[in-house]
Amino acid sequence: MKNPTRTGEPGAAPSEPLLGTPVAHPQPAPARGGSPSRNATLARAIEIAATVPDPEIPAVTIADLGILRGVTLDGGSIVVQLTPTYTGCPAVLAIELAVEAALREAGFADVRIERVLSPAWSTDEITPAGREKLREYGIAPPVRRGTKGARLFASETVACPRCGSTHTSRISEFGSTACKALWRCEACREPFDYFKCL
Amino acid sequence: MTLNLFPFTLALADDALVLGHRLSEWSSRAPSLEEDIALSNLGLDLIGQARLFYQLAAQFEDRGRNEDKLAYFRDAGEFRCIQLVQLPRGDFAFTMARQFVYAAFMHPYFEALQRSKEPRLAEIAAKAVKEMAYHVRHAAEWVIRLGDGTEESRRRMIAGLAEVWPSTHELFEMDAAEQALATAGVAPDRAALRSAWEATMARVLREATLERPAGGAKHSGGRQGNHTPHLAPMLADMQSLARTMPDARW
Repeated sequence: MKNPTRTGEPGAAPSEPLLGTPVAHPQPAPARGGSPSRNATLARAIEIAATVPDPEIPAVTIADLGILRGVTLDGGSIVVQLTPTYTGCPAVLAIELAVEAALREAGFADVRIERVLSPAWSTDEITPAGREKLREYGIAPPVRRGTKGARLFASETVACPRCGSTHTSRISEFGSTACKALWRCEACREPFDYFKCL
Repeated sequence: MTLNLFPFTLALADDALVLGHRLSEWSSRAPSLEEDIALSNLGLDLIGQARLFYQLAAQFEDRGRNEDKLAYFRDAGEFRCIQLVQLPRGDFAFTMARQFVYAAFMHPYFEALQRSKEPRLAEIAAKAVKEMAYHVRHAAEWVIRLGDGTEESRRRMIAGLAEVWPSTHELFEMDAAEQALATAGVAPDRAALRSAWEATMARVLREATLERPAGGAKHSGGRQGNHTPHLAPMLADMQSLARTMPDARW
């Protein structure tokens, strides 16, 4: 397997990390020796892949979540690299199918999806825009670095996504999906989802 | 001794699958809606880990069997899971006692496996270790809540811990083949994780105002295919659909 250029890394985009910024106008990595038309093709493929919504949290795209690891051209094929959030996340297959369908619909006949595990996904990869979209959607974004996720006897201070109060408490470590915990705001009394650090 | 990664990886997959299935048996039956969801999510994590290990085991075996063939078309005698994960789900306290002793071992185990010289094992471990941190915390909180709870909850947690304890020894056992992998830097040395596990036990049990269960009986043999009588009926249930309709597609 070729080592595709990871967007957001040196040698990828000429200026800033592609997937670390809002993806309205993505700038593709100029393929080495690539023709302008190949670059345009890749740019279009990136834009389409990056704007696929997460099936369980449709307010954010897969680029917002940082699970889109790269889009490259391999000969005539579009190769999309995706990484799972949790190993057992039932959305993994749904996301792969959605990305493939979106690209096919846009006229890309030859699409290959690659599942990459390493480096392991972390909630640190959620973009600032993604965090803001989560909050607006009613999901409190992760409060800490993913590596400090679950410590025995540790407790987080999570702000209510509705009223902003930090007078909140955890109801359950595991919420409606593997990535979320169930919390309650003691100020406005609303329950809310919290996107756990991973 | 030649290193054979297939049985080692298969055993990791079998542990995760069987315990994941035991957790799935709680779906719609847990004592509260929140815990119903929690147990299903814990089970999903384990089944997700099992799938990655089966996929890798299939590569190591290289005889054309895929993850489904390994999970659904082997009989109990061919499984290599430890006896701890085979025990019936019992009551909620038993389930939490088992999750606690298992996750408190697997968390440092995956931490160590991240440094495996086999990168395909290391990358699975790097994902699983993060999930396992949540499993430890969730189970520890229930051990404390039930142990330091009502008379009834305390009685049940004491009974649950007493029931799982004899089966915890197998977590630390290694056969010659696994020992060779440990020497080669591919597998973690299970015995070396004992002190980390004991420290977690001591800290949480103290908080739960519970005594460490007394030593005594040691149950093991799962890695050699000597199973509890509970495994075969569980597999019969789990494998029935795949065997009734082989190669069925959604």
